[in-house]
Amino acid sequence: MDLHLLLENRLAAAAIILFGIGLTTLLLNRNLIKKIIGFSFMDSAIFLFLTSEGYIGGRTAPIQLPDGSMPASAFVDPIPAGLVLTGIVVSVSVTALMLSLTVRLYQRYHTLDLDEIAQLVRKEGEK
Amino acid sequence: MRIGHTDLDQDLIASLQEPSPAPSPLSEAHLLEHAKAIREEEAAFSSQETKAHQVSLHIYRILSVCAALLIILLMLWGVMDLPVFGKEKDPLTQVVSARYLSAGLQEGGATNLVANMILDYRAFDTLGESNVLFASACAVLLLLRKSQNQAIRPSSAVDSDSFVRDPILQFGARILFPLLLLYGLYIVFNGHLGPGGGFSGGAVMGSALILYRCAYGAEETAPFFSSRTFQAVTCSALCFYALSKAYSFFTGANGLPSFISTGTPGSILSAGLILPLNIAVGLIVCSTMYAFFCLFEKGEF
Repeated sequence: MDLHLLLENRLAAAAIILFGIGLTTLLLNRNLIKKIIGFSFMDSAIFLFLTSEGYIGGRTAPIQLPDGSMPASAFVDPIPAGLVLTGIVVSVSVTALMLSLTVRLYQRYHTLDLDEIAQLVRKEGEK
Repeated sequence: MRIGHTDLDQDLIASLQEPSPAPSPLSEAHLLEHAKAIREEEAAFSSQETKAHQVSLHIYRILSVCAALLIILLMLWGVMDLPVFGKEKDPLTQVVSARYLSAGLQEGGATNLVANMILDYRAFDTLGESNVLFASACAVLLLLRKSQNQAIRPSSAVDSDSFVRDPILQFGARILFPLLLLYGLYIVFNGHLGPGGGFSGGAVMGSALILYRCAYGAEETAPFFSSRTFQAVTCSALCFYALSKAYSFFTGANGLPSFISTGTPGSILSAGLILPLNIAVGLIVCSTMYAFFCLFEKGEF
């Protein structure tokens, strides 16, 4: 592995490591709230990756002067900004949905542990 | 019996009471004996199972860490082939964004080229986003709403009875609430001129409403924001968005002449439909944020 190439793309590399941390949290924890936290980690990693892809050194945010005098080469890429906006909205919605499902599960089974919930569901099914 | 018990609790209570059909003096001892037997049975079962269970759990943990590391390494390998961070990309891959940047001001009329992109070129995408927010708010409403015949949950009963009126929080909220609302409105109304827009401004306004509710409680906010208000605001904003965007597509989007003028760039009333669409999106985001908070706090507005 050429570490030099990774250092040049350090933000993308950091985003991927963050994604891996989120994925490991999702896999290792049995607590539903911690799983949701891991999921949010993965969301943030993707936002970091997209914004780092859109950045071009020495350029400014894509806000034109009213007379349109700034050239297109003065701005960073606007498309990742729009994608991140979409992603943030969807991640907020999905997190709210996951949390409300967790609230309902806790109300019914009085635990947040996924294995215990699975056991209780199995017991219910046997009856 | 506790209020707010579930079907499962009922089942457990019923199963515990099963071995004592007659209210004889023996019943309590019988019940205790039965419980003890169950506990012993469970202990035997668990000690038998725990070892295999623990081993499989260890294997699962090691495997999941390995899988995560493998995915990280594969993706890092891919990162090395990406174009270098902060350098100009290949112009052939940048045709779309170059067009957004160079022709956006003439075609959309907004000086904020990102607002131009998300509310003019890709307005249907933003309509879909608003619908995602609305759909998730509806799903949370369905999941957490207190049904009419269900008993009040213990936590919310405590909340409504002993709502703490914190004077420091109330004083702070009294000062901050109008400022936050004004700031959110500023972000929404300047979304086409500078950084901002419906999503960020709506989030600021929603947090202002949440702060007010935290300080003054549900009784104070219920008169001006009920579930009916939420439905009316979000539905009319979504309908307005869909209709106005369909209208603009019928009268000529994508470079065809439209009679909604783009106005003078840089003034508030410019950029055609972008300002009204920003306001609609801001209203949707604001009411959805507030609705999320209310539903998670009490299960109602």
